Amino acid sequence: MRGQYALALGDDALVLAQRLGEWVARAPELEEDIALANIALDLLGQARTLLSYAGEQEGEGRDEDALAYWRDDREFRNVLLVELPNGDFAATMARQLVFAAYQYELYDRLRAGTDDTLAAIAGKAVKEVHYHRDHATQWVLRLGDGTDESRRRMVAALDAVWPYAGELFEPFDGADVDPATLREPWTAYVHGVLAEAGLDVPEPTAARRGGRAGLHTEHLGYLLAELQHLHRSHPGVTW
Amino acid sequence: MSEWPLWEVFIRARRGLSHQHVGSLHAPDAAMAVRNARDVYTRRGEGVSIWVVPSGQITASSPDEKDAFFDPAADKVYRHPTFYEVPAEAKHL
Repeated sequence: MRGQYALALGDDALVLAQRLGEWVARAPELEEDIALANIALDLLGQARTLLSYAGEQEGEGRDEDALAYWRDDREFRNVLLVELPNGDFAATMARQLVFAAYQYELYDRLRAGTDDTLAAIAGKAVKEVHYHRDHATQWVLRLGDGTDESRRRMVAALDAVWPYAGELFEPFDGADVDPATLREPWTAYVHGVLAEAGLDVPEPTAARRGGRAGLHTEHLGYLLAELQHLHRSHPGVTW
Repeated sequence: MSEWPLWEVFIRARRGLSHQHVGSLHAPDAAMAVRNARDVYTRRGEGVSIWVVPSGQITASSPDEKDAFFDPAADKVYRHPTFYEVPAEAKHL
């Protein structure tokens, strides 16, 4: 199907936006609550344009809402990383660092790519993601180089997300940017942050994969239930 | 409840204007205070520059001294430059 690439990138953004939205009213401080909500809304905006474009390319009349609300988990193409539960704040920041560093390199190349629509979407989004990456970086530095407790949690968080990073760089048919080319700049950035925070790079492990093929963790179904139930119960409902 | 220190936030709305106090927030350090200020106070395009200052570093005039400080200026009309025309182009005097 045409539009699979935009669909996969849109699903990454949509699912992570939903996850980050779960922090609203639960973050450690009001200011951080707002920061995470801002990041979630940036990602939601990206998801809307990407899914709209995926629907156009598919050519079967599905718009962003049809794709977001009327697909089941097997039809979602996001990487497993973004559907992982939030865990504690360190776990969320580890996931943010891994994903934002990847998404920054991706959009930075996509904006010079051959697909004009994706280039335009990426050109706008890359500034947003630059901030997301910086936000995660600041927290990984502070937690890694903070107290014994914050360091212990940051180490555990990195160990937990590390197996999910590999899927970001796996080949994707019809991708405008070969994901494998993003690994080197991603590694340079993320390893640089860990070194500055005095954290060891986790040992390489077998990559957890399957999301791009629709084979998800058990967590995605619950996330989608919350995301989709209102629209499915009241089709076409608006504010 | 918060253990983070308080910071005062100053935003410059656009080039040529001065920074204006817009409010305060909590942050663990100065670098995070600038970022929090970006998220809390410039979400709708309010600014092009942010300053943050630890609230404890501000020395304020005392409300008890209000009369002595400010009342004497009230009746000195000769201090107000009202005797010349302001050019229409000067918007920010």
